Amino acid sequence: MAAATRTAAHAAMRGALPLGFTSTAVLLLGAVYCLFPVSWVLVAATKSKAELFSISAFAPGTGLLSNLADLAAYRDGVFWLWLLNTLLYAGGGALLSTVVSTVSGYTLAKYRFPGRNVIFNLLLGGILVPAVVLAIPQYLLFSTVGLADTYWSVLLPQILHPYGIYLARVYAGAAIPDTLLEAGRIDGAGHGTLLRKVALPLMLPGMVTIFLFQFVAIWNNFLLPYIMLGDDQKFPLTVGLYTLLAAGANQPSLYNLIITGALVSIIPLIALFLTMQRYWRTDLSSGAVKH
Amino acid sequence: MRTNRLALAALAVTLAAGCSGAPQETASPSKAPAGPVTLTYWTWVPNMDKIVKVWNAANPDITVTVSKQAGGDDAAAKFLTAAKAGNPPDLVQAEYQMLPSFVAADAVADLTAETAQAKAEFGEGIWGLVTLGTDAVYALPQDSGPMMLYYRRDLFDKFGIEVPKTWQEYGEAARTVHKKDPEVFLGTFSSKDPGSFTGLAQQAGAQWWSISGESWKVAINDAATTKVADFWGGLVKEGVIDGQPYFTPEWNKALNDGKLLTWPSAVWGPGVLSSNAPKAKGKWAIAPLPQWSAGENSSGFWGGSSTAVAEKSPNRAAAAKFATWLNTDPEALELLVKEGAVYPAATKGGALLTEAPDYFSSQPDFWQQVAAISATARGFTFGPNVNVTYNAFKDGFDQAVQDKAGFAAAVGKMQEATLADMRKSGFQIAP
Repeated sequence: MAAATRTAAHAAMRGALPLGFTSTAVLLLGAVYCLFPVSWVLVAATKSKAELFSISAFAPGTGLLSNLADLAAYRDGVFWLWLLNTLLYAGGGALLSTVVSTVSGYTLAKYRFPGRNVIFNLLLGGILVPAVVLAIPQYLLFSTVGLADTYWSVLLPQILHPYGIYLARVYAGAAIPDTLLEAGRIDGAGHGTLLRKVALPLMLPGMVTIFLFQFVAIWNNFLLPYIMLGDDQKFPLTVGLYTLLAAGANQPSLYNLIITGALVSIIPLIALFLTMQRYWRTDLSSGAVKH
Repeated sequence: MRTNRLALAALAVTLAAGCSGAPQETASPSKAPAGPVTLTYWTWVPNMDKIVKVWNAANPDITVTVSKQAGGDDAAAKFLTAAKAGNPPDLVQAEYQMLPSFVAADAVADLTAETAQAKAEFGEGIWGLVTLGTDAVYALPQDSGPMMLYYRRDLFDKFGIEVPKTWQEYGEAARTVHKKDPEVFLGTFSSKDPGSFTGLAQQAGAQWWSISGESWKVAINDAATTKVADFWGGLVKEGVIDGQPYFTPEWNKALNDGKLLTWPSAVWGPGVLSSNAPKAKGKWAIAPLPQWSAGENSSGFWGGSSTAVAEKSPNRAAAAKFATWLNTDPEALELLVKEGAVYPAATKGGALLTEAPDYFSSQPDFWQQVAAISATARGFTFGPNVNVTYNAFKDGFDQAVQDKAGFAAAVGKMQEATLADMRKSGFQIAP
């Protein structure tokens, strides 16, 4: 009997150990796969122009400081202007987009009104249309109303984000119990108060997710600002760095500046993720209602 | 000449359905603007903002704002889209091979009246690139890219080879070098740089496009081009010439490590070499391109661009005035050379270049050599759909280099793709 139990326990352990090991290994592999290119950027940014193509890929160079200085000095510091622009596009766009998504998602999830399903199905359809396809029509439309080559031309198209609304709707549906809203209504709260006092606090983790999604998406967006903007003082980093890469057939690409610029441009993203992580708390509403 | 121009204008209308199709028939000298005007200028010449600052200080009535763009084919696509949407910049940098597509889309203005004086400042071959062989003028030439042979002088000595005078000698030198050290190649054929191949074909006497009467003639698979393609295809097939494209990190590395001994390239080569292969400073030298038969003396163009004025610009006269200053005024030319690192297209621009580039310090007569070579470059007319031709080049030659199958078929594909696209766009094709 005892022996049998021991064997069973062993078997269970034998089963458990490889499983834990396998998943850790898979995760590690995934981490290496994702971090490998980033580490290359990190190492390559330390190489001077002469070292970049001559020493081996992962041997650190000696040019990080001079690369940073060159980058800061390039065309009187236009890089920092591009960085500020990107912060404006990504920060402002993500904030506005989060507000719009949250309110729309909440409404779609918690109110019954005619046309609700039509709107939602349209949104689902919108998710399937890649933003890339819309860039040129949007440019032509913005040109017609005279908004092309303005900050608005990059901000406005990114505010309405079907996927964000979809996410907010799903999140609101799961995180806000109907009974809680009911209780609020009985206590005399209007629509606005319910949204502010009940819905928004519960939706905060979802809003952070939408904000981060949109922030990263706008930060990395290339095609829309590339098409919309002609004035290089309004460029975001992606388009700005591209002007360094495609310097024309008869000019060398400024590889070391581009790599250093790419490295600098991911630092705010990393910082944002690290600071926003703590808002990802789940089960905020657990215990709010008794089932 | 008159009919040629008409042919082009009429064809342009056919192509540009949806655009304002009026050919620029009434290009009377536009009046000087009354008040101060502001012009926007899309370009990717380095430090153009500094050059423009000089103009702005001297011309408070015409303020030019530079917007530095990403260069190359994307810039052309962006300009065409902006022109179509009705808000192009006033001035735009137009590569010679892209200018005909701008003309066909009615995106650039005819500057015949405004440039009557400036014509004398340019050589005939260069001027042909902005008139497209008609008697209209669609831009002012800015820089040109006459081709020459860059070679590693020290390694030529090491391998015991002479600077090749003919392409035949070049082929033999390639065999010698590769036999002595299988890791080293005399050169590489890039299937990603149609501009380079076009320049080499020009040297051989190719004329890919021409306008005859009312219609276009397309002859990309002519004897000259086929000869050039067969030559390089044969060497790649033999394995004595490398098949990796230019301007890649691997190519940079090969240049740095001395694994590539020559580069048939244009006058702007020093900038590329000094930036991408800094280790080889002082070891490179230039010579005229090898010739197709001994005693000949000709070259072609790779790259170069012009300054065009948008058809929709409300300040055409002011824009043309600035473009003329930028590309012909001695002060501007000097700035272009010093700040912009371009080889000016204007005839007197060459004289400004006296001191050899730092990278070529071992060749003090660098610019004299360039001037001599530049004078031998053959003229060429680009067609209205060069992007199609160039894409067909990349597709066809990529495959051919990979398969080591010879290049003649790829040239045929370029001809077919170009013709098919022009027919589809409504251009009349001469039989």
